[in-house]
Amino acid sequence: MNSIALPHPNYVDARRQHGQDDDPRGSVLRLDAVPFRLVSGAELPEVTVAYQTYGALNAAKSNAVLICHALTLDQHVANPHPITGKDGWWESAVGPGRIIDTNRFFVICANVLGGCLGTTGPKEINPATGREWGIDFPVITIGDMVRLQAAFLDQLGIPDLFCVIGGSMGGMQVLDWAARYPERVFSAIPVATTARHSAQNIAFHEVGRQAIMADPEWRGGSYYGGPGPKAGLSVARMAAHITYLSEAGLHQKFGRKLQDRDALTFGFDADFQIESYLRHQGSTFVDRFDANSYLYITRAMDYFDLAADYGGLLANAFKGTQARFCVASFTSDWLYPTAESRAIVHALNAVAAAVSFVEFETDKGHDAFLLDVPEFYDVLRGFIGAAAEKRGL
Amino acid sequence: MVTREADIRARDVRVDLLEIGRMIEPGSRVLDIGCGDGDLLYHLVHDRRVDARGMELTREGVNACVARGLSVVQGDADRDLVDYPTGAFDYAVLSQTLQAMRDTRAGLEQMLRIGKRAIVSFPNFGYWRVRMQLLFRGRMPDTQTLEHPWYNTPNIHLCTIRDFIELCEDLGISIERFLAIDAGGKRSSTAHSARRANLMAEQALFLLAFNGARDSSGAPIYR
Repeated sequence: MNSIALPHPNYVDARRQHGQDDDPRGSVLRLDAVPFRLVSGAELPEVTVAYQTYGALNAAKSNAVLICHALTLDQHVANPHPITGKDGWWESAVGPGRIIDTNRFFVICANVLGGCLGTTGPKEINPATGREWGIDFPVITIGDMVRLQAAFLDQLGIPDLFCVIGGSMGGMQVLDWAARYPERVFSAIPVATTARHSAQNIAFHEVGRQAIMADPEWRGGSYYGGPGPKAGLSVARMAAHITYLSEAGLHQKFGRKLQDRDALTFGFDADFQIESYLRHQGSTFVDRFDANSYLYITRAMDYFDLAADYGGLLANAFKGTQARFCVASFTSDWLYPTAESRAIVHALNAVAAAVSFVEFETDKGHDAFLLDVPEFYDVLRGFIGAAAEKRGL
Repeated sequence: MVTREADIRARDVRVDLLEIGRMIEPGSRVLDIGCGDGDLLYHLVHDRRVDARGMELTREGVNACVARGLSVVQGDADRDLVDYPTGAFDYAVLSQTLQAMRDTRAGLEQMLRIGKRAIVSFPNFGYWRVRMQLLFRGRMPDTQTLEHPWYNTPNIHLCTIRDFIELCEDLGISIERFLAIDAGGKRSSTAHSARRANLMAEQALFLLAFNGARDSSGAPIYR
């Protein structure tokens, strides 16, 4: 048996896994604790959380692992994606016998607040108007995403987490979890992330948002029912995708190689393979992602500054934490470079937290956190194994 | 509870690590700088019930430590010790790494800022075999503790026991305990005084403290 039956009226069907169901959202839960008040002070009258689970919760409820997904990913961690048909985004690490062993752990991943695969976000219906929220949706924060996850776990009856793990924006949620709910986090693995969005991070996001909003099909955010700002969202994705790769990686993969041609065309067609690749990345992205969600989630990331929430000193965010931390970064990640991870480690050291930190050598750039970097997986396996032993799992 | 001596012997923990372990009160907080594969950390955590953390330069070392369930941060002692808060640890340990630091003096100063005490071990360049090799063969020494050829040795700041004691005096650091250790890591029976050990001991182990003036942040004001 892969899942548990949780006795809750709003619990839809946790067994509906592995993407076999027609509903691309997977399992869905309607939050009882509404209205859900946001950091901004705004309130959401109704909240839905779409999620996937793998494995079974043990009797002591001590083996839950929460995976926090990145900006453009979703809850389909370890099952074929219902829209793209591709493997789950972290199937190489999550599954029976894998690093996050679903025979041993109860693994949960929920679509974030503001997302577009079932959890309440700008493309869902605003109960006040009966129409999609669009940009009437309140601005959300990473803290709101985490608070919703906590409320969602409350409703599932999961008191605390053996492990919270995530890369990039997922890592921000991990840090927020550890700071906000120290008593509910036994171990935390923030990967390729930062405790604060830098000016450069914000700048790239702003380029993406402006591309979306400059597309006439964006229509002030009320494009549902129409074609939507496909060109704008596609450009946003193309710009962002560059930041996920490294110069060395791009050079190695594409160099100046031409796309299906022997000579330059002296035009603006995709002469170079890298152009063709980025266009492909952009055009496939629009099929699975909502442009307004992109605006809201990038905004949440830009607003993320964990230290600012704790008197300007990052160490204060982790004061008294008993969690074990494993911080990981990648040498060629220039989006969230190692220095950002080191700042997190310094803060954790300052409060005497049990922290491990490794920087992995790779030319895969920021995206390395999604790829099978063998040394990274070795360390994850070691850390999780040792933590599980400590927890008696 | 502290592990029984027999169990520790059965696991074959290096003798010099046992000596370091004996210098550390159970329950205290320790930073092992240059912790390698984590043998000392493991011993401290499991046998001595010490809250021990590590810093290690090599990724392989960090991987090995994390896989053993130890908390280890990848870092360079020459660069990253400054980032630790003052008084964060009861002990800062530098086992067989002092001579590989670029700025040994600054490293020592940092250790006694971060730790209330410091434990330092290093190969003694005044050891008689070392002296003999230089004197009679006219060659850089090649001993059990100094096994690298001169051109690629990580040991760039070698010193004798007397040299080290002098540095401690210069900085106003007190030596609370001193142990002479032979090549196998055993306590040397022939070298009770530091002066005699300077000739007879292959390695030295010091327990250090700073009892002088401190600034407003609690950091030592070195001479």
